[in-house]
Amino acid sequence: MNNINAIFKREFKSYFATPIALIFLVVFLVLTGFFTFKLGSFYEMGQASLASFFAWHPWLYIFIVPAVSMRLWAEEKRSGTVELLFTLPVTLFEAMVAKFLAAWLFLGLALLLTFPMVLTVAYLGQPDYGPILASYIGSFFMAGAFLAVGLFVSAMTNNQVISFVVATFLCLFLVLLGYSPVQELLVKISPDLMLMLNVLSVPYHFEAIQRGVINVGNLVYFVSVILFFLVSGAVILDKSKAD
Amino acid sequence: MSVIEVQNLCRYFGETKAVDNISFNVEKGEVLGFLGPNGAGKSTTMKVITGFISPTSGTVRILGHDIEQDSIEAKKKVGYLAENAPLYGEMKVGEFLAFVADVRGYEGAHKFQAVERVYDLTGIGSVAKQTIDTLSKGFKRRVGLSQALIHDPDILILDEPTDGLDPNQKYEVRTLINKMARDKCIILSTHILEEVDEVCNRVAIIANGKLVADETPAKLKARSRAAGALSVSFEGNAPENVLTELAKISGVARVEEISKKKSNAVYLLYAQNNAVILPAVTEELTKRQWPYASVGLEQGYLDEVFRTLTNTGRN
Repeated sequence: MNNINAIFKREFKSYFATPIALIFLVVFLVLTGFFTFKLGSFYEMGQASLASFFAWHPWLYIFIVPAVSMRLWAEEKRSGTVELLFTLPVTLFEAMVAKFLAAWLFLGLALLLTFPMVLTVAYLGQPDYGPILASYIGSFFMAGAFLAVGLFVSAMTNNQVISFVVATFLCLFLVLLGYSPVQELLVKISPDLMLMLNVLSVPYHFEAIQRGVINVGNLVYFVSVILFFLVSGAVILDKSKAD
Repeated sequence: MSVIEVQNLCRYFGETKAVDNISFNVEKGEVLGFLGPNGAGKSTTMKVITGFISPTSGTVRILGHDIEQDSIEAKKKVGYLAENAPLYGEMKVGEFLAFVADVRGYEGAHKFQAVERVYDLTGIGSVAKQTIDTLSKGFKRRVGLSQALIHDPDILILDEPTDGLDPNQKYEVRTLINKMARDKCIILSTHILEEVDEVCNRVAIIANGKLVADETPAKLKARSRAAGALSVSFEGNAPENVLTELAKISGVARVEEISKKKSNAVYLLYAQNNAVILPAVTEELTKRQWPYASVGLEQGYLDEVFRTLTNTGRN
């Protein structure tokens, strides 16, 4: 626990030691704004709801989350600090969890900074705050799931570009499984397969939460994805850390 | 129980055998120098001993703790400076050392004391508030060394601790190692043969992943062809026909020219049947009034022994 805490603090502070944090937060906020107001036709819908804001989150996270996760292990392996870290009395899983939590908190901070969206709908009408709160929680867990995927991929390589591209692809895959044009194709192959893959997809669970009810099953899905990729990542890292 | 016990250690990278059945023990008070050509397996051996990579076969025990079964306990006992001293460059020196102290289990005032202690030891207190990336190579190396010393470990593993440092910095690092040598168990790797003489009381030569020698520097030097021969050096130009003239001295079997430069020349005189030739040679030199700078028994050349041992390993 002490180790996780120490590495977590170091990792979280490291975002702010360089301009990375600032650049990331600005890009994230600009993109969420652009997606919501332009592509999401926020005003045209004429509803005091943040549905058009949250609908874009899976697509945004496909790029944004790997941008955060790509360096987490790849950079340590490239610079050799991985050797420093793992000759300290630290286990692979502790380091994995600490890095995950630090990056997750950072993404959570980015998400929190979208609060002007809430103020906007509150000013424009009388929104239902239940779905908004639920969606924020769902979005945070979805970011966590993508982050775990990205961390897993980062553990495989010492190249940040590869880390980014592969993580983006895997995240895209998790989203496309629940994307209706893809599902229409899948139905033609086998309806059972489509339904099964749909349950494994990120949008299926995120959309359920967006309706305003946080179902235990949906959270279990995200937590399972997170744990699965963190454990797998630790296993991969054990094999690849010295490469 | 030895402090470090390495038994039949092998490590493959794919098909390549980086470490080939190495065994040795290291005791408290010993400073073991790893010598070997690049790619001989020195760093790999160190990485296995520190628990960064696991052995393909064989065992490593640190104060009785197996590096694989009981790696966390083993790692607590060891301070390690990896090759090129990797550091979190975006951190400030003080923050970085506090982080290492954190992971090493120090809290509150103890953490502060641990960091202050290494500041005194390595003299980096003046850069405590600087970002590591902005430091010179010498300071970075010292930060790496500080990190390895923060918990005052019984065992220090240093991979090329003086590589890339200027002569003053090298001297400082060697002084520091000598200062700590008495109550620790230290393994260090180096390319610099003189360093072995200055800091190590035991030398292990590794070639092609195999341990080809493991003894004191003096014994190793005694393996040299030149060991026991009489060396005569001249300041400036050597006299004419010095080779043939020296060979004529009674008891001298053979004369070898070691170096001949503008500033000085060195000759080695081998005796017949281990005869004592020093008196005869000095007498002859004085009689001829040759401007010799020194006459003395040669202990042997470490570089020659090194070349012989590491080249045979390659064939």
